[in-house]
Amino acid sequence: MESAISIFLEGRNLARLMEGVWITLKISAASVLLSVVFGLLVGLLMISRKPALQAATRFYLEAIRVMPILVLLYMFYYLPDKNWGLHFEAQTVAIGVFTLWGTAEMADLVRGALTSMPAHQRESGRAIGLTEGQVNRYIIIPQAVRRLIPGVINLTTRMIKTTPFIYFISVPELLKVGQQIVEISGMKNNMASFWVYGFIFFLYFLMCYPISCFSAYLEKKWQN
Amino acid sequence: MAVARPVLKITGLHKRYDQLEVIGNLSLEVRKGEVLVVIGPSGCGKSTLLRCINGLETIQGGDIELNGQSIIVGHTRWNLVRQQIGMVFQSYDLFPHMTVLENILLGPMKAQGRERAEATKEAEAFLDRVGLLDRKDSFPRQLSGGQKQRVAIVRALCMNPEIMLFDEVTASLDPEMVREVLDVILGLAEQGMTMLIVTHEMAFARAVADKIVFMDQGSIVESAPPDIFFQNPVSDRARKFLNIFQFEGVKKEERHND
Repeated sequence: MESAISIFLEGRNLARLMEGVWITLKISAASVLLSVVFGLLVGLLMISRKPALQAATRFYLEAIRVMPILVLLYMFYYLPDKNWGLHFEAQTVAIGVFTLWGTAEMADLVRGALTSMPAHQRESGRAIGLTEGQVNRYIIIPQAVRRLIPGVINLTTRMIKTTPFIYFISVPELLKVGQQIVEISGMKNNMASFWVYGFIFFLYFLMCYPISCFSAYLEKKWQN
Repeated sequence: MAVARPVLKITGLHKRYDQLEVIGNLSLEVRKGEVLVVIGPSGCGKSTLLRCINGLETIQGGDIELNGQSIIVGHTRWNLVRQQIGMVFQSYDLFPHMTVLENILLGPMKAQGRERAEATKEAEAFLDRVGLLDRKDSFPRQLSGGQKQRVAIVRALCMNPEIMLFDEVTASLDPEMVREVLDVILGLAEQGMTMLIVTHEMAFARAVADKIVFMDQGSIVESAPPDIFFQNPVSDRARKFLNIFQFEGVKKEERHND
């Protein structure tokens, strides 16, 4: 146990792990935020009656879904640099790719939340003399948001769990830092990988569990 | 009552879905304080008729007047028209994310811009009348079907409409809940509310109606006061339709004969 603690106390190890947590959280939070904003817009385009818009958004969603995140990361990190001399910061690429992915998922959630709304809800609102804007504001949107929350929470935890991929484009996120620590400490302490990865597991749990709890709380609150 | 002005006047109404004619050249009038009950086989266009009146369906010909004003010709602001027409649907359609009271207040406060205190007072009085004042802070999912439908009626009443439209409001209720809803409508009739009711409850239709309108295949086949209509329907189609609701005691007699 003592040797385990010494791993984290050695040099800046603990501080570096916390920096990894910070990068993971920062990239996830930025991506989720941007995904929600763009996802709402694309989701509205998806339910538009224009066939061209429907086809384009459908293609976007399916294309993103079949593409491994890693491929997208490589594509946007290396291609512009090699071919056009455009160099993007690795973290910028990470947020961009995660947003591209999150927007597609979010748009599909928005589409689902809106199309699953019974037509009668809108009609009842009209029948009591509300304008279309008021129907959206007081009836459709509040219900859509309630339907969206579980999906958004799920997307958030999935993003946090997918951040280790960005170490392939050399962003020093949590897992990457852990691996470096294991490589160095492992020479002196053969339990190093157990303690370090165990600690990382615990950190991911700390990041994701409160979010799940929050989701459960909202679902319970809105059950009435 | 006979000389009262028409609240609702429909002349030569045509409603088509693509090529399919759902309502053809239909005319009717509902006078102030009058209760018209529309009956007829499923798909005869009676629900569509109600939906045309408050603009949930577009019409392809004819005119609809509310208190002498056309709501078809010219630029209709439907949200203002609908404030004068209370409509209750078969599937209640309360807003699930709001309490009973919030459901009722939404229209008066947001559409009509009334004060919360004043609207609440009226809402509570109506709720009391339908026996649901103690449920005002409940959410729709905590209510039975019959209770939800009574709330839906109060929601429409609180707009103080000129006319109430009821679209098969008991059709999806369990039998023991039908009565409580119909009693509310009977109470409204007694107080002189102008109503246009679509229903399959024949006994209720007979009790509440000043006039029965029998529709088939998109037009009015006959209309008459309830006693005359139910005892001596003029048309074959009306007779056939009413026969559906008659049961003969054939089997019992056979058993006695054994």
